[in-house]
Amino acid sequence: MMNRWQFVRRLAPLMAMMALVLAACGREDLSTLNPQGPVAEEQFGLMKTAIIIMGIVVVVVFALALYVIIRFRRRSGDKTIPKQVEGSHKLEVIWTVIPIILLVILAVPTLQSVFNLSKDYSNDPDAVKVIVTSHQYWWEFEYPELGIKTAQELVIPTGKTIAIEAKTADVIHSFWVPSLAGKIDTNPSGNENHMYFSAPKEGVYLGKCAELCGPSHGLMDFKVKSVDGAAFDRWAAAIKEPVALPSDPAIAEVFQSKCLVCHAIGDLGVQAYPNLSGIASRNSVGGILVNVEADDKQYKHEDTVYNNLYNWIKDPEAVKPGNLMSNRYELTEDELEGIAQYLSELTLDYE
Amino acid sequence: MAHAHAVKRYSGFMDWLTTVDHKKIGILYLIAGGFFFLVGGLEAILIRIQLWAPQNDFVGADTYNELITMHGTTMIFLAAMPLLFAFMNAVVPLQIGARDVAFPFVNSLGFWTFFFGGLLLNVSWIVGDVPDAGWTAYAPLAGTTYSNDHGMDYYVLGLQIAGIGTLIGGINFLVTIINMRAPGMTFMRMPLFTWTAFITSALILFAFPALTVGLAALMFDRLFSANFFDPTAGGNAVLWEHIFWIFGHPEVYILILPAFGIISEVISTFSRKRLFGYSSMVFATILIGFLGFMVWAHHMFTTGLGPVANALFSIATMLIAVPTGIKIFNWLFTMWGGSIKFTSANLYAVGFVPTFVMGGVTGVMLASAPADFQYHDTYFVVAHFHYVIVGGLVLGIFAGLHYWWPKMFGRVLNETLGKITFWTFFIGFHLTFFIQHFLGLLGMPRRIWQYLDGIGFNEMNMISTVGALLMGVGTILFLMNVVVTMAKPKNAPADPWEDGRTLEWTIPSPPPEYNFAQTPLVRGYDAYWKEKMEGHKGMTPAEPIGPIHMPSPSILPFFMGVGLFVAGFGFMYAPDWGHIGALKTGHFIGIIGLATTLLCMVLRSMIDDHGFHIEEDEILKDLGGKA
Repeated sequence: MMNRWQFVRRLAPLMAMMALVLAACGREDLSTLNPQGPVAEEQFGLMKTAIIIMGIVVVVVFALALYVIIRFRRRSGDKTIPKQVEGSHKLEVIWTVIPIILLVILAVPTLQSVFNLSKDYSNDPDAVKVIVTSHQYWWEFEYPELGIKTAQELVIPTGKTIAIEAKTADVIHSFWVPSLAGKIDTNPSGNENHMYFSAPKEGVYLGKCAELCGPSHGLMDFKVKSVDGAAFDRWAAAIKEPVALPSDPAIAEVFQSKCLVCHAIGDLGVQAYPNLSGIASRNSVGGILVNVEADDKQYKHEDTVYNNLYNWIKDPEAVKPGNLMSNRYELTEDELEGIAQYLSELTLDYE
Repeated sequence: MAHAHAVKRYSGFMDWLTTVDHKKIGILYLIAGGFFFLVGGLEAILIRIQLWAPQNDFVGADTYNELITMHGTTMIFLAAMPLLFAFMNAVVPLQIGARDVAFPFVNSLGFWTFFFGGLLLNVSWIVGDVPDAGWTAYAPLAGTTYSNDHGMDYYVLGLQIAGIGTLIGGINFLVTIINMRAPGMTFMRMPLFTWTAFITSALILFAFPALTVGLAALMFDRLFSANFFDPTAGGNAVLWEHIFWIFGHPEVYILILPAFGIISEVISTFSRKRLFGYSSMVFATILIGFLGFMVWAHHMFTTGLGPVANALFSIATMLIAVPTGIKIFNWLFTMWGGSIKFTSANLYAVGFVPTFVMGGVTGVMLASAPADFQYHDTYFVVAHFHYVIVGGLVLGIFAGLHYWWPKMFGRVLNETLGKITFWTFFIGFHLTFFIQHFLGLLGMPRRIWQYLDGIGFNEMNMISTVGALLMGVGTILFLMNVVVTMAKPKNAPADPWEDGRTLEWTIPSPPPEYNFAQTPLVRGYDAYWKEKMEGHKGMTPAEPIGPIHMPSPSILPFFMGVGLFVAGFGFMYAPDWGHIGALKTGHFIGIIGLATTLLCMVLRSMIDDHGFHIEEDEILKDLGGKA
């Protein structure tokens, strides 16, 4: 039987090959097999170790099974009674001990990672602290040290550790950015969770809700946008600047009386629902309607930012069934167009 | 004659409503479980049709959540468990040389409570308020604040009623196996299916009360304004997760252990060899049952229990792989050196081995908590548990159906159709679920009504749907087999496979009402095989022929079930049905329902029914008529 060192030596090239094969799998903004940050990489390493060990088990069992069902198949008419074997003490020991050894090989890095990934960076001065609050069906991101409250798009500086405190305002959701880190559940008050991750490379990473939370559970996407440090500082300054109301006084009046009773913009309005500052610079509207240029529309959920805003405000229930904006207001066609136009111009200049 | 009153022997429909005979109750479980399997299967097909294309609108988002909830709940509680109880009822008393279970009346009660609980749960579809918080019903989503129609009430009440049935069944089989084994059948001479039924019953005894407590607490939250799981009022949502999974994890071992038992019987019989490593197999089963209670928080790795808890539960979960692996190797070595015949039953059993191993290894992958932070709540988990439940349990059930059908119904299922069904279902199964591993790893969460176009999920979901449709075809083929077979004459011999090793093959197919004319004397493990190898035609009797005492049939269990069913409705709709005087109408109806059940219990306690005897002449006639 192979000893442990031979086992590892023969495994190294296999592991390298696996890394190559698996790395080709999946989008770099979404796949757990294509990690873009150190936490996801650590988890991917564990996945590879496990797949290789389990692959060996599967190959051994399949080979044995295949041999047995071919070699000992009853020939037609054969009436012989085979030798009745009670068992084999030696074999029982072998197939108890070897699996235990294989499990130890998986358990050691597992335990290391369990403790490594549980590190709490909340009080680390170098980390960027973000409080994530999940709602039905949107994500609230607060940067307490920077005095910022925003929604749906988590802008972060590249390379810095992001210290997340995660909780929910209603039911249990789960905060998951597969290409950057594993998920953490958002529990009601009393069970807040902590996790951390970082994104060394610039990019927009897709975030998903990963705990059944109602009809629009599958539509509760969010984004993590990693930008270089200077851009992040510019964003943090820009998002706090006061925002002018719509220039048309009639639209401004409707906006204030129907929208700002729930939403906030600049230093106006109510912070209960998604903050609208810089909404036109975000990757999507409502987390799910992706903003693209007019001639770049490929899929049903993609449109210009104006059209996305228009469609969302016109009938939120059609976009995200069960969401809390449905049936809360009535707008004329002019008011709807005016507000959509106004919001589609609320960009932030920071990149 | 010993009795002052006439002996009640019903026939036809009344026979089935009043039976306390384990063989008939087994058939009742089979029919009801089979029916709910079709309901759950239809729900699965609808789910897969919704998911075959991105942003599909075949069903609405609300309906989708209802479908996934009911699919899981129905399949686990109303299909898989009852089908396992069908086999335990049909087979265990025969395997231990007994004439019935220890408590026949309670056995019937177990069936009817399961039946009416399942009926209550599925009536939700007709009413339109369907449970929609997942089969796991996490708080606060499952509470009245976020689920304010009656859907979750059907879940809470339907499952509590059905759960009574399961608990009753578990207790019954524990006592039966401990107390009613034939002379000479020590524990270590019991067939492995009986052993797994025994351990499973112990798991049921300890796990189902946890579910009952959780459901009762949720019921109090929903119906009577309690706050167990409402954090805004001092309760805790994570508490529900713990209580549910302390039940939920042993539950999946309750599902799989009897299937392991079936596989042991079928592989051994069709290899013409005794089970390799019997004592290891028994020990491994016990270890799996025990460890099954130590791992529940592996469903909660992302809940935030902290690194120490996650570390301990990771290790404990990995450990379960060891006894499971022991079983796999023992099955393979049972076949090694044997003479393997690929009947339909054995195709399912042999197909089980590699399939279950695939499910088991993804289980070990999931056991590593930090990696699970990525896998959890994705299609990777969906793939894993369908591999072990469908690829494990359901293949085991099909194996058992083909193997024991002649003993239950006196006819052998058509072998050609059986083989076609196997391949259709087996290929369809792998097509459906293998690809889901990749969907999960590529970033597809579970329980999502729609997925976006352009992120690489389209083709894989389409393939998965095609596989599901194939499984549907396989199921229909099986049903056709049943219909075709039931039209055949009832002429299966006592030992239709000719290589029967255990006691059920020593009596006619189907057995007479009293099973054994004379309780057999067991002289070793694989009691019947031992006699065969020594040149005997059958078992040595352990007693002379004499009158056999039988339990009387009773309609009371049926009405106890009805009472609970009515009570469930009453309590559920109390807020909506106005008042009768000072009392809410709903509560009034609830009380009437509970009173019906209580009255039946009182009648049972007060009326002294000593059963009846089957006399020698009837027994001798049966023996003369059939070999």
